Amino acid sequence: MTDGSMTEDNVAHGGAAAGSAPVAAPDGAARHEVTTKAASIAWRRRRAALARFWREYRRHRGGVVGLIILAATAVIALAAPVITDPDGLDVTKATGGVLDPPNREFLLGTDEQGRSVLLLAVWGARISLLVGVTATLLAMVIGTLVGIAAGHFSGWLSAALMRITDWFLVLPRLVLAIALAAVLGPSLLTIIIAIGLTSWPGTARVIRAQTLAVEARPYLERARALGAGHWHQMTRHVLPNVMPLVLASTTLEVASAILSEATLSFLGLGDPSRISWGTMLSRAYGSGAVTAGSWWYLLTPGVAILLVVLSFTLCGRALEAVLNPRLRGR
Amino acid sequence: MLTVRDLRVTYHSGRTAVPAVRGVDLDVAAGQRLGIAGESGCGKSTLASALLRLLPPGTEVSGEILLDGEDVLTMSFGRLRAVRWAGASIVFQGAMHALNPVHRIGRQIAEPLLLHRTVPPARVQARVEELLAQVGLPAWRANSYPHELSGGQRQRVMIAMALACEPRLVIADEATTALDVMIQAQVLELITRLTTERGIALVMISHDLSVLSSTCDRVAVMYAGRIVEEGPAREVFTSPAHPYAAALAAAFPTVGDEASRLRPRGLGGDPPDPAHLPPGCPFQPRCERAVARCASTDVRLRPAGAGRHAACVHVDEEVAA
Amino acid sequence: MTLLSARGIHVHFPARGRRGAVARAVDGVDLDLAPGEILALAGESGCGKTTLARSLLGLIRPNAGTVSYDGVPLKYDAASLKRYRRQVQLVLQDPTGALNPRHTVYEAVAEGLRIHGLTDDEPRRVAEALARAGLRPPERFFLRYPHELSGGQRQRVVIAGALVLEPRVIIADEPVASLDASVRGEILALLLRLRDELGLSALVVTHDLGLAWNIADRLAVMYLGRVVEIGPVAQVLTQPRHPYTQALVSVLPSTLGDGGSRRPIVLTGETPDASRVPEGCRFHPRCPKVTDGTAETAGVAEACRTKELPVLDGVGPAVACHLVDGRLPAAGGQA
Repeated sequence: MTDGSMTEDNVAHGGAAAGSAPVAAPDGAARHEVTTKAASIAWRRRRAALARFWREYRRHRGGVVGLIILAATAVIALAAPVITDPDGLDVTKATGGVLDPPNREFLLGTDEQGRSVLLLAVWGARISLLVGVTATLLAMVIGTLVGIAAGHFSGWLSAALMRITDWFLVLPRLVLAIALAAVLGPSLLTIIIAIGLTSWPGTARVIRAQTLAVEARPYLERARALGAGHWHQMTRHVLPNVMPLVLASTTLEVASAILSEATLSFLGLGDPSRISWGTMLSRAYGSGAVTAGSWWYLLTPGVAILLVVLSFTLCGRALEAVLNPRLRGR
Repeated sequence: MLTVRDLRVTYHSGRTAVPAVRGVDLDVAAGQRLGIAGESGCGKSTLASALLRLLPPGTEVSGEILLDGEDVLTMSFGRLRAVRWAGASIVFQGAMHALNPVHRIGRQIAEPLLLHRTVPPARVQARVEELLAQVGLPAWRANSYPHELSGGQRQRVMIAMALACEPRLVIADEATTALDVMIQAQVLELITRLTTERGIALVMISHDLSVLSSTCDRVAVMYAGRIVEEGPAREVFTSPAHPYAAALAAAFPTVGDEASRLRPRGLGGDPPDPAHLPPGCPFQPRCERAVARCASTDVRLRPAGAGRHAACVHVDEEVAA
Repeated sequence: MTLLSARGIHVHFPARGRRGAVARAVDGVDLDLAPGEILALAGESGCGKTTLARSLLGLIRPNAGTVSYDGVPLKYDAASLKRYRRQVQLVLQDPTGALNPRHTVYEAVAEGLRIHGLTDDEPRRVAEALARAGLRPPERFFLRYPHELSGGQRQRVVIAGALVLEPRVIIADEPVASLDASVRGEILALLLRLRDELGLSALVVTHDLGLAWNIADRLAVMYLGRVVEIGPVAQVLTQPRHPYTQALVSVLPSTLGDGGSRRPIVLTGETPDASRVPEGCRFHPRCPKVTDGTAETAGVAEACRTKELPVLDGVGPAVACHLVDGRLPAAGGQA
């Protein structure tokens, strides 16, 4: 078994018997049978790891509740065109009365133009979630790139990156959004950019700290001793060890992004032709629903925001709790 | 001074019972130095913690630990607190982490003094300086913080703390493992001198059999929760009777000894998992002198010469021969 | 003929505390490593051996001096360093930390191959390296993770990772310090076997003189950034000439004669900070020969205090001591 002439057949059979064929390498087309066997074993291991993770996550009730709420919201938002009639959003086709309280026909009442508030909330979920997730993704990508680079390199590059980060950190989100809206026009893109550009520094700093911790570990030195260049070190060693932290902080970021979206839409910087929870609040305010006592118009988007933000926070916290002990162990 | 009879310690983690110590007998007289040698997982640190009942709650402990006639395991908690440090004290490994970084050294040494009220508060300062002098540190060090001291100096502070309440027994758990050779020599010299001067009994725990053989009077080698060999320190090191003790001794080659020049001797296999011990002699899977009997006989300590015992089936024959 | 050689290496770090203070971690070292030779670099913490080892690897760039491999000085651009890495490899102290916990054994060993683009026949090379490192059958270990292995096995994986690139030199930094005592012999025997089978040279950095006795051919003792004695192991350890070496050897537990035949020379105080290297002979403040008057009688006490000693040559045998006066007869003369 241990002489130099290890043919692929040997390895394949050895793998079948002992279940230990090599993990699929991204090169060498000549190792197909071997690769599939190894891939299935690797996949099994990953599934086992995922199962372990889920078992641990399940223990945090808050996280499970949050996950359920988020899943429900996502499903409703995605299925909105299917389960509801988008015509109801058209102002010209509104059938309800003005600011009707909740009744059998309109479960959550109507807005100032006779549209069902429930329908608006469901469609608003799409925008809010879209903006929240996209903006966070943007922030996360930029933040990770900058954070890892700032932590890995030393000298002027790192210092420069940190100063840039600091600059963006103190940028006031609101002011930036207003300025962008003035230049780009109010739209979803404006909001996404505004939120993304002001959220990434937080992520970057956290990731940089974790990168510095990982860089100090002996296996990074070993990688350098083997001849690894910067790219290899950052992608094969730093990133996988930093990702869990990124994931946990991202979930919390989404919550913050959705709140910001609501704020910016409320201020009229979002797309005026699209309904989001923020715009609902804005209209409720603007149409005098408050003074008219139309609580359903105000409460619906408010509670919706609250629920989604809370869910993301709960999930994020549960993620951190699950991933942290393992992080500490490394 | 210290007598341990049939000590058994079992940890319970989840549903598994892990027997860390499986029946240990020890005797240490006042002024005597006993070394306990073993590697990770053999139960020696558990033994050290058990001596002062410092094990985590839920741990099953049975047997007798007699400190000057009193059984530590059945003492009332009040009496136990009095005994801890004033009757017996411990010097831990890794003093870097055993000292509180935000308190000055003087205050930390004074802590046991104040707790046990061995000295009137007015005299505490003087006593602290006395202790520092005994361990070879200048009196002004009492005002330093731990991070201002080097590793060797911190270990000396730990020794000063251990001696503060004039205990009759000092347990040194890998007290010099992390130190440089020369600092280790200094600290060992210190410990030896102080324990001899005051007739303090010393139990020294280490994985380094060579260090124990030169510092201690007697040595006991632990493996898988039991003592597998014990006897006069020098003899156990130079002519061990138990194969494991032989392997441990060979791991610290004597400089100048041609037999070990370019001939490193190691032990194959892995240390046993205390939760899954093999039947019979726990060392048998890795032993080069194992015979069929070894897997079926539960080998206990048997006489292996003057004042020596070893838990090996081959010992009878050698003694008889 | 030397394989790896260092000339006049100086490595300085900025020191904490006073501004402008410099910690002279390595303060002038010449070292030569021949093919198929095991050289032990010994000393206590703070002596600079770890820093020196890393300079030889090219992981640290010395402030002054040259590292040469096969006669060619090392260049520090990325491509040259990468080429160099195929010849000279590193084995670290703590095998648990040295392996990425998320990578399987196979990935850990194959990492070197992938970095250097040697991806043809990868499984065979990995299996061969693991087998050479004593892990048999190698396939059984391919998909294991580091935490499933014992300390000794992990260290073998690290060694396999170094061997897979087929280097000619291995630099091992305290290769067995983190391992259980009974397992050390195995790893040391492995290093010896690799030397015998593959003709590997090794530089072993250690604080344990017993280890040097066990596997090394030559020994260099370092103190505060300089090599103070260098020569064949048997000679340096049984007849040490430098007072520091004498002290180190004397505190080793010994069974030659009775236990107390050689009175241990326990030095007082501790190694000074690398930013405050004493004048003259850097050992003189702690030197027993100075304190007991031997240096005075021999008339060198003044030199010890004021005159700096020359850097020893990389081969030895040689001693940096005013009392002993440096050179022993070259190889061939009696010690």
